[in-house]
Amino acid sequence: MSEPAARLRGKDLLGIADLTSSEISLILDTAEAMKEVSARPIKKVPALRGKTVINLFYEPSTRTRTSFEVAEKRLSADTLNIAIATSSVVKGETLIDTALNLEAMSPDVIVMRHASSGACHLLARTCKAGIVNAGDGMHEHPTQALLDAFTIRERKGRLQGLKVAIIGDMLHSRVFRSNVYLLTKMGAEVWACGPPTLMPAGVSELGAHATSSVEEAVRDADAVMMLRIQLERMQGGFFPSLREYFQVFGMTPERVRLAKPDAIIMHPGPMNRGVEIASEVADGPASVILDQVANGVAVRMAVLYLLAGGGDDETAA
Amino acid sequence: MRLLLKGARVIDPASGVDGARDILIEDGRIALVDVSISPSEAGHTTVVALGPSLVVCPGFIDMHVHLREPGYEHKETVATGAAAAVAGGFTAVACMPNTNPVNDSASVTRFILKQAAEAGLARVYPIGAVSKGSDGKELAEMADMRDAGCVAYSDDGRPVATALLMRRALEYAGMLGLPVIDHCEDMTLAGEGVAHEGVHASQLGLRGIPSASEDVMVERDVVLAAMTGSHAHIAHLSTSGALRSVRAAKERGVHVTCEVTPHHFTLSDERLLAPLAYDTNLKMNPPLRHAVDRDALVEGLKDGTVDVIATDHAPHHADDKRVEFDRASFGIVGLETAVSLSLDRLVHAGIISLPRMVELLSTNPARILRVPGGRLQAGDAADLTILAPDLNVTVSAPAFRSKSRNTPFDGWQLRGGVAATVVGGRVLFVNSEVPGIAGLGRA
Repeated sequence: MSEPAARLRGKDLLGIADLTSSEISLILDTAEAMKEVSARPIKKVPALRGKTVINLFYEPSTRTRTSFEVAEKRLSADTLNIAIATSSVVKGETLIDTALNLEAMSPDVIVMRHASSGACHLLARTCKAGIVNAGDGMHEHPTQALLDAFTIRERKGRLQGLKVAIIGDMLHSRVFRSNVYLLTKMGAEVWACGPPTLMPAGVSELGAHATSSVEEAVRDADAVMMLRIQLERMQGGFFPSLREYFQVFGMTPERVRLAKPDAIIMHPGPMNRGVEIASEVADGPASVILDQVANGVAVRMAVLYLLAGGGDDETAA
Repeated sequence: MRLLLKGARVIDPASGVDGARDILIEDGRIALVDVSISPSEAGHTTVVALGPSLVVCPGFIDMHVHLREPGYEHKETVATGAAAAVAGGFTAVACMPNTNPVNDSASVTRFILKQAAEAGLARVYPIGAVSKGSDGKELAEMADMRDAGCVAYSDDGRPVATALLMRRALEYAGMLGLPVIDHCEDMTLAGEGVAHEGVHASQLGLRGIPSASEDVMVERDVVLAAMTGSHAHIAHLSTSGALRSVRAAKERGVHVTCEVTPHHFTLSDERLLAPLAYDTNLKMNPPLRHAVDRDALVEGLKDGTVDVIATDHAPHHADDKRVEFDRASFGIVGLETAVSLSLDRLVHAGIISLPRMVELLSTNPARILRVPGGRLQAGDAADLTILAPDLNVTVSAPAFRSKSRNTPFDGWQLRGGVAATVVGGRVLFVNSEVPGIAGLGRA
């Protein structure tokens, strides 16, 4: 893999598709330093002191919003949260008008989650502030893929040459898209597994091996990543029942045994126990699901620091 | 009042003319087309020397536009749409009925024609709804609308909802001698899609509209046109599969015709990624398809499978486009870019000849809609489109006559443009960029 970049090229993090492998390495390396901050008795550095970060969430989120907020506070940024229920969206304001109003208050970074793919691109074209995509529609969720990669690298020491199986609803998943871009850029081999009804068109052109056989996907995998299955997909006719879904695709201890002995089990949350993953697997020794959550803070600190941090003198470590 | 146009290349596929001709216009009608008409024998006549670099064609007819009036006058009106038409080289347009109220009755048809007459620009041919309110249930009063001036029937914006309704519409329209124009899309397959289903939509996380949604509907219409013996016209055909259906249907003598838009023969869906990701001016229905489909459309334009170039001119206010991609309105304006795109992308690219382009933009739409024009014949109204095929054109959306600016072609540099537009002998548009055309402006 190429050497880490010295800095990120853009003012925004809209998606993994825009990053080079050396930029990804830079973020992951920076996150290692940030993780050390979270282990200190005083979990705070002044890297973003005097900077304003707005968390603009048009979709409900517990994990991601909290993770960003913790990351921002540990970097000493001034943060504020705008959630859809309390925003002017219910009165019909357009995204651009909201963005212009926020821009008038001179934030340094806006972290946004939105139900429409490409909403962060629209925001980035409108605002001078750096935009961090916290999930846009079915498009990308770049910090999730970065924390997943960080977690794999932490356990395996590398990404290059690993087999990663991603199992579930690829069609509607921004986590899948960001992960397939990131892992293939870093030299890993990605297997995408789910019912054909939940597989996006051209999945192999995205860089993944596609299969409907969970056994084929999991066999000799170094990491197995389960994606959340939403109940409304069953109502939408994508598969017959949650019961049958678990029978065909659910991650059971038997299926885990097909993977490498030291394989790790991942899930971006929130989990549906008994639908895509058995509790014995979610809570088992191979599970790194809570490590992912912890690493999310470090990765988000790294992204915010690299986009909005001051000069080189204000290093986090 | 006499006007004599001298020395231009005249192309009229209907009469097989392609060469230097003079055209004499008298009282708004074509009086004579001949190799050399001398001013003296014509008497008191304004003579305009056009020269061989300009091409005079029978007036172009855009058989698929949305003029938005009544109901959406902030997007376009009959008058502004007709102004855009003449600026784009069209002497006539046929307007779709998806206004508010829908043009599903003779009174709305007459209102549109009244607005068009007051504007006094391009001719406007209303297309009546197939079903009342275009809601896919009961047939609209098709005979009454024909008598008021409708030239075809369509529920455009959506497909003719059911196979049974399409059958009845074809049978009834057949009695009236008019075509049914269908927006072919199986809505259950298209779902909430906003972009062509393929790897590029997958990359962008946009819900897909599969090619199959168009293919199955075109095949349905082909089967029903064969069954009824009536004329089905496929609007804005966009897929290679649909083109194959039309080609095969024509080979076995089914009365099916089709049109292709300039944006579908120019662009393909990878454009959604770059240079401007999620550009809402690339959102239209049918969506920009795969490059393979675009290439198939180009082949169809060349081999004769495609009958017509039509724009699907769909004006939208900037507010309808400056939003998230999946919330943005479908459609782009096309009247003021179609001729330059056709010249640049098809004629200068060596794919079709100029006479073939005139067939696609004039001869064939006139034949399909059974309206006057589409030819240069003594006694006909003098509707002329004059082209400057070698003019360098830079598309400028802010300069459009249309009320709307929603085009992905702003700033494009194209070779070939409109020199002038003449409707009923009246010179309604003269392009000041074209050398040697100024005299026509004073005529």
